[in-house]
Order: sequence, then C-alpha cells, then structure tokens
Amino acid sequence: MFRKRKKPPVEIPTSSMADISFLLLLFFLVTTTIDIDTGIDLVLPPWVENAEQVQVKSDNIANLLVNEVGDVLLDEKIIGVPQIKPEIIARIKANPKLIISYKTVRDTPYNIYISVMDQLKLAYRELRDEYSRQKFGVPADEATESQIQDIRKAIPQRISLAEPTQAEG
Amino acid sequence: MKFQKKIAQTQQTIPTASLPDIIFMLLIFFMVTTVLREVDIQVEFTLPEAVALEKIDNKRLLSYIWIGKDERIQIDDSILPVDAISNIAYQKRMNNPNIIMSLRIDKGSRMGIVSDVQQELRRADALRINYSALVKF
Repeated sequence: MFRKRKKPPVEIPTSSMADISFLLLLFFLVTTTIDIDTGIDLVLPPWVENAEQVQVKSDNIANLLVNEVGDVLLDEKIIGVPQIKPEIIARIKANPKLIISYKTVRDTPYNIYISVMDQLKLAYRELRDEYSRQKFGVPADEATESQIQDIRKAIPQRISLAEPTQAEG
Repeated sequence: MKFQKKIAQTQQTIPTASLPDIIFMLLIFFMVTTVLREVDIQVEFTLPEAVALEKIDNKRLLSYIWIGKDERIQIDDSILPVDAISNIAYQKRMNNPNIIMSLRIDKGSRMGIVSDVQQELRRADALRINYSALVKF
C-alpha cells in the first residue's frame, strides 16, 4: 500500500560552472600585468661620517663631469654622449686600474645623467663580454656562475659617484 | 535495392565535461601570476630610456621610490619630505636585508634631488639601487 516513491537523482547543475570560471578567468586576464622591471643597477658606497680622502694617482682617474646644460666633459674636454663608450673602453684597456669619477652639478638633468651612466655600463658590458670570449670562449651572458664571478673580478666596475656641486656663478 | 543512409555509430558530440577543469587550470595560472597593484601613484613621471638594462626577476626584493615632475617624492602611499626617507628605508631594510630600492624618477628632474635621495639611502644603508628606465629602441 505504501509504496516508496521513487526519488529523482539529486544533482547540482554544473553546466554553468564553465561560464563562472570563464568570468573569473577574464577578470584575472584583464588585471594581470606581466611587465618586468628594467633598470640600471648600481650599488651606492656605504655611508661614513667623516669620509677620509683617499689619494688616487691622477693617471688612474677619468674625470667625467656633466654640467647644468647637459654638456659632458671627460677630463675637461667636451665629448658627445655616444662617444663616451668607445673612449672609456680605450682608456680602460690602456689602464685597467682606471676609476671613473662621475660628477654632476645639482642642476644636471636626470635623463642626461642616465644616458651617460648607460654609456659607462655599456662600456663595461662590452669589456666583460670580450674578456669572457677570450678566456672562456662564450659570450658573457652565457657564462656560468663561477665564470661570471671570474669576469667580475677581472673587470670590476669602478664608477665613483661624486656628490653634485652647486653650479658656480 | 534500398539505399540506407549511413549513420555513424559513434557519438557526435564533443565531451564538454572537462571544460571547467581546463578553464580552472588557466584561472589558477593567472591567479598565481597576478600581482595586484598595491599603491596609487600620486606623482607624474616619465621614465628615461637606456640600453644597458638589467631585468629584475625577483619583484619581492623591490621597493619603489617615485620622484615626479614637480619633485615630490612618494614612497608606498604617501608623499614625503626628503629627510624622512632614511627612516623608512632603514625599516624596509630591516625587514628585508637584500632590498633593492627602485628609483622611478622623471627624466626632467634635476640631479640635486636625486642625489639628496641617494644620500638618505646611504644613511639608511640601503645601498642596492636601480634606476628604473625603459628600453631604448
């Protein structure tokens, strides 16, 4: 008499699941930015209260000065920005101990500072690449970790940042 | 003779049961790679261009300092005076000793302010910096 009523199978409708996850997917697609930061690396010298002056032989220094209008002077001679790289490469080859003293004035435009810094970095990059090819037979960006250490030791980046001075006059 | 239309015995539909799984996989990929922007940039700046650029793979090491056209300095979410930088940079360096300070400076800025910021960073011993620049073609 009391027949058990046959229950319909219980089911959660899953057909819209794909739509929901598509919606989420679109949200993350739109918000994702896969941009890698690029820039010029630099390590600042540590802060010392009373900086002691270290005398360096003047032969070992290349004085690089950028004035307030953006003229670049290498050892008091005016030089165009693209000429800095070949000039610095030639000078480091002649004297591996060369220190580049990079000085600006407070009114130097930042983009000129960066383009000169870029030239210095390019010069070091080219020197390191050359060294790597000679010693290891591979370009510098394919060198192994220990080879990179060796390259860095052989050609250290000697850029000294001098504090900018107030423009005269 | 009768010509009977041949009907394939196999199922004609494409199985869609695994569709959600595929979408979820994509979803999870994008969820993991997404870095939601944490700060609003309140200063206006255009980055300079350079060639000898290095890529920074590890974004977690980065901390940004913005310097805008009007020489205002922003760290995290606030505009700060120059002499407040060393304290903040010091705290940041305490939390993360390998921190790289990424300087995003407008290309029209003067070196005076850039140097002041660098002096503050030296004082805080946050010595690894990176001048953010765009690729020059």
